[in-house]
Amino acid sequence: MAKKEKTGRITIDRELCKGCQLCISVCPKHLIVVSDRLNQKGYYPAEFTENETTEDRQCTACAMCATICPDLAIEVYRE
Amino acid sequence: MATKVFEWPRYLKKAVFHYCPGCGHSIIHRLVAEVIDELGIGERCIGVPPAGCAVLAYNYFDVDMGEAPHGRGAAVATGIKRVLPDRIVFTYQGDGDIAAIGTAETIHAANRGENVTVIFVNNGVYGMTGGQMAPTTLIGQNSTTTPGGRDIRRDGAPLNLSEMLGIANGSAYIERTAVSSPKTIRHTKKALTKAFKVQMAGLGFSLVEILSPCPTNWKLSPVDAVKWVDESMTRYFPLKVIKDLAPDLK
Amino acid sequence: MRGSHVIGEAAVRAGCRFYAGYPITPQNELTEYMAGAMARLEDGTFIQAESELAAVNMVIGAAMAGARAMTSSSSPGVSLKQEGISYLAAQELPAVIVNTMRGGPGLGNIAPSQGDYFQATRGGGHGDYRTIVLAPASGQELADITRKAFDYADTYRTPVMILGDGMIGQMMEPVVFPEPLDLKKLPPKPWILDGAKGRPSRIIRSLLLDVSVEEDQNWKLVRKYEQITREIPAAEKYLTDDARLVVVAYGTAARIAKGAIKRMRDIGLKVGLLRPITLWPFPNRILVEMSRWVRHFLVYEMSTGQMVEDVRLGLEGRSQVHFYGRPGGVVSTPEELSKVINTLYHRQNLQEE
Repeated sequence: MAKKEKTGRITIDRELCKGCQLCISVCPKHLIVVSDRLNQKGYYPAEFTENETTEDRQCTACAMCATICPDLAIEVYRE
Repeated sequence: MATKVFEWPRYLKKAVFHYCPGCGHSIIHRLVAEVIDELGIGERCIGVPPAGCAVLAYNYFDVDMGEAPHGRGAAVATGIKRVLPDRIVFTYQGDGDIAAIGTAETIHAANRGENVTVIFVNNGVYGMTGGQMAPTTLIGQNSTTTPGGRDIRRDGAPLNLSEMLGIANGSAYIERTAVSSPKTIRHTKKALTKAFKVQMAGLGFSLVEILSPCPTNWKLSPVDAVKWVDESMTRYFPLKVIKDLAPDLK
Repeated sequence: MRGSHVIGEAAVRAGCRFYAGYPITPQNELTEYMAGAMARLEDGTFIQAESELAAVNMVIGAAMAGARAMTSSSSPGVSLKQEGISYLAAQELPAVIVNTMRGGPGLGNIAPSQGDYFQATRGGGHGDYRTIVLAPASGQELADITRKAFDYADTYRTPVMILGDGMIGQMMEPVVFPEPLDLKKLPPKPWILDGAKGRPSRIIRSLLLDVSVEEDQNWKLVRKYEQITREIPAAEKYLTDDARLVVVAYGTAARIAKGAIKRMRDIGLKVGLLRPITLWPFPNRILVEMSRWVRHFLVYEMSTGQMVEDVRLGLEGRSQVHFYGRPGGVVSTPEELSKVINTLYHRQNLQEE
């Protein structure tokens, strides 16, 4: 399969995240999951899954996650 | 070369929010800070925090801020604005501050057309004190002082203060929005921008009521809490423009 | 000039540029005067607020923004301001509050009384704070005290109360006003909220959740109050140097007492008057010094007895303290008080000394 160009990515600050999961609920590509490692505050933070498997599961830098994140834990990059 | 599409607002101090996971205050603080930055009014801003979960709002907003007694924000803002009319004065208040103890001060500031901006965070409950009934608690909604649900005969119905303020002669712009989804959040930012612009144009009293989730006191997960805002709160508190004397101002 | 107008004119000349108030008898003449006076000034603001409560909160805002601000009311309305006064003290904001006392408690009546002494000097609002309380007894003193009130408020960053009553408010007496202050010559206030331009943002607040921080702040306020207590107590001494009985009274009560004392002196009784002008800080030093030769004090108040406690406290048993009072808005005549003084004087055998 040919490698597609990424159009966007996000970083989630594990220690700022409070595990509210709002980002997970709004990501149209379902690219965010709950981490299985606790952060220092005792939350299971959200985690960005870098590896897309299909063309339509690719971050487009829509920033819906960052828009709803209450704790400014998400930075969004458009390539 | 990647361009960063989202970053920490200039007028938000680099502090970790003490608010609960999924709390609407965190989202709204960010929006207010972004709007202040984009309008270039940070050096002219003076804010008045509430009593409530956001009592420590001055730990987050990097503008001059002056504490008011519970509910009196609109009166304190009036005093500041009348003395310094070219500054941008805003209050940030919850449902108890504005619609219970502070009702008289809020209504009269609106009626006099005080040129201030009131940010009304409506989460239908008294958060900081542990989840008691608010004037905006819905009928049937549980709270620590309405176990079994709010009863219209004992507690009255929820108060639509924004609609009441829409009648006030001095109100220039009153809108109700929410922070329940990226769409409503983006719209809230537009409403806040407009509210500050109304003040900058000297048109009168501006207020944005923002329906906001309180997962902790509603005893819902953050994801379910925003659903509650969208599905239940908006039925009693519809999202709409209640009054707008400057429809062309965006 | 009428007493209530004197306060207004003196306030304007002292640089007052913000007034918020609510109508209440017997002080409406002051509110109405300020409405006109502020309107005539380019930088003056008058707001008829929706309540006395709202008015004091507007004053909080105006003080935060750096203005010399004032509000006024009468007894029940001043009750409504207590929360605001506590905040003014806690946030270390300057402001002037005028109370024209009337009969009470409750709705009471509109006649002059002195029933708010406790409310003024003991807080009335919550928490460990003090309010400077000034008690004028004449038209001229109203003018002088009003100027002092604004200066003290700014100097010490604390609320100041002018405690009068309906009689003082209505009195017509000649007054000489000082020249109006040049606002530009007032010392700058480097703590006000006027927009963080070219400087870090500022916070004015009184919420201190950490108890050790709150404790420190309370002691800091105490040190301020101790400084005030060293610097400003004032009282008038009238015929006290050879007095065997001294009447202690303030405001209108002191004027009546002077009339009574003149009558007593005419028939040979050695009676004098000590008239506190600062009710807080109470002029204890003068009182204690006087107790070296004065064995009897008669406290006369238009109340059931409030300042008498401060007199007893200040003397700490050094002399005997007697009390005569008429509450409810009753204003004694000098004749009536003369009879009381005469009876007391002879009962204590003071004519034998």
